Amino acid sequence: MKKTVSNIYIALIMIFLYAPMIVMVVLSFNSSSSTSVMSGFSLKWYGEMLKNSTTLTALRNTLILAVISAAISTVIGTAAAVGIDMMKRKWIKSTVLTVTNIPMMNPEIVTGVSMMLLFVFVGKFVGARDVLGFPTLLIAHITFNLPYVILSVLPKLRQTDPHLAEAAQDLGSTPFQAFFKVVLPNISSGIVTALIMAFTLSLDDFIISYFVSGAKFQTLPIVIFSMTKKRVTPDIYALSTVIFAAVLLLLIIMNVLQARAEKKELKAKKAE
Amino acid sequence: MKKTLSVILSLVMLFCVTGFSGCRGKNGSDSETEFNASALKEDYSQAGSAMSSKEINVYNWGEYISDGSEGTLDVVEEFEELTGIKVNYTTFDSNEDLYSKMKSGGISYDVIIPSDYMIERMIKEDMLQTIDLDKIPNYKYVSDDYKGLFFDPDNKYSVAYTGGMVGLIYNTTMVDETPTSWSIMWDKKYDGQILNFNNPRDAFGIAQYLLGYSVNSTDKIQWENAAEKLIEQKPLVQSYVMDEVFNKMEMGEAAIAPYYAGDYLAMYANNPDLAFVYPQEGTNIFVDAMCIPKSAKNKEAAELFINFMCDPEIALANANYLGYLCPITEVVNDDRYDYKGNEVLYPSEPVETEFFHNLDQDTLDLLSSLWEKVKLA
Repeated sequence: MKKTVSNIYIALIMIFLYAPMIVMVVLSFNSSSSTSVMSGFSLKWYGEMLKNSTTLTALRNTLILAVISAAISTVIGTAAAVGIDMMKRKWIKSTVLTVTNIPMMNPEIVTGVSMMLLFVFVGKFVGARDVLGFPTLLIAHITFNLPYVILSVLPKLRQTDPHLAEAAQDLGSTPFQAFFKVVLPNISSGIVTALIMAFTLSLDDFIISYFVSGAKFQTLPIVIFSMTKKRVTPDIYALSTVIFAAVLLLLIIMNVLQARAEKKELKAKKAE
Repeated sequence: MKKTLSVILSLVMLFCVTGFSGCRGKNGSDSETEFNASALKEDYSQAGSAMSSKEINVYNWGEYISDGSEGTLDVVEEFEELTGIKVNYTTFDSNEDLYSKMKSGGISYDVIIPSDYMIERMIKEDMLQTIDLDKIPNYKYVSDDYKGLFFDPDNKYSVAYTGGMVGLIYNTTMVDETPTSWSIMWDKKYDGQILNFNNPRDAFGIAQYLLGYSVNSTDKIQWENAAEKLIEQKPLVQSYVMDEVFNKMEMGEAAIAPYYAGDYLAMYANNPDLAFVYPQEGTNIFVDAMCIPKSAKNKEAAELFINFMCDPEIALANANYLGYLCPITEVVNDDRYDYKGNEVLYPSEPVETEFFHNLDQDTLDLLSSLWEKVKLA
């Protein structure tokens, strides 16, 4: 009895989570542009997707921005997490943590508007009329990614023995070597999680990007939003399906690799 | 772990660098429609190479230009190839969106395409600069109907790009009579099958036409009466919609809806039971026009772009893609124009129309508070 209830519950949750995706995937193979009538299977919209230069440019922009901002924020965030972890006084540590968490709690619209104001203000100060663009988007994305990176690296640091790095230094390594050869491998899973999280956050951000984007660089979510005067065309469903499949694939590869690495470690331990 | 990371990262990078540029290049060359006014090509490339700055920023509505989809001409790419000027093409979703982006001050655009009332407001607030019509020889193709309009009586700031009218869409299997008046939206027979606009200006407009008022009235009592009329209609209304109207009408979920003529044609393609009429009391007309903001960095190239957009060949591609009214006379009479002589877009009987003007702040405040009252009623 208990089992059936829990199974039904799981099924319901799965349906609610994935029904929208399934509908979108199915409609992306529709041969007509209607969102209600399935008139036959076709790959037409996938062809259209490759011809639509506006959305393709936007997709390229989005990916470039996501990769660069995720990489930079992971580096800065990891360094920050290491610094926070090494703080001796408790109250300083908790204060700094709270301060870094504020951008995460802050409503996105507030972050977006305030960043736009800052950029425009600084732009006027240095005499740049066209200040909003790729650099401002990059700064904004790194900023909102940082707290998430810190939050996913910090627990890993807590788990590792703080004396490990000291031991390495006792044995003759420089502090840098100790960090890169001893600490980093121990927290690498946290860093990878942070990187992926930052990448996806940057990929789908709309509100902040909307305020700080400029005339030369627009991301995919903004382009899709601007289609509401007419209507979103099915080649967007096709594009979303491709993105969804790519993310899914990425996650599967990640999981497989991680499982393999764990197995290897287990074997190595047993061999000892 | 580090290896995994680098593999994933390089894959993603590879994907975005090679994947997309490759696809674009290939499709650009074998697009079905070719821009074939060869004599003009040289003019554009000469004009383009004479420009000192090789870049312009264009800000347009989403899906508002022929973009290469479904065998159409990719207008922006064509312009770039001919002139060597790089176009940074971005899109917005409403006039207010455009206005706030411009007011934020951190961006400069060279060409923007606002609607009539927003152009009026921008001229009033000194945000636009005059366009040198001598630099736009193709201006001669623009129909006189689109010149000297209320927002720009001396044709100094704008060149018309497209236009449209609102009408009544109905499903012939659900509505027996042929409606001629907005009053059918108040008919109890169609309880729960009526849709209305989910934006105050358009929704109030319908009540105002029905009551015989101007949509630009500054009379408080007229606005209140219109609100009363909408509250009276509310129990019959299935829902207030914007682009959801496409689905609802195509599926036959609703019988009657007001929307734009150009969009009706798209719905009709998916559901031939639909029909369209311009109600006798009058209706709303809009014109979207190309303007050059004061903050533009490259006015010359902006004028070249506007001239290009008025070229009959280019305008034809855009008109076929958009399905809205085309201001270029040459296009309207062209046999290759899909909507040539289309009764919905170009009705033979004159239609009573009125533009939305920019309302003063007091009236705007009144409108939004009355709209709230209607939505809460």
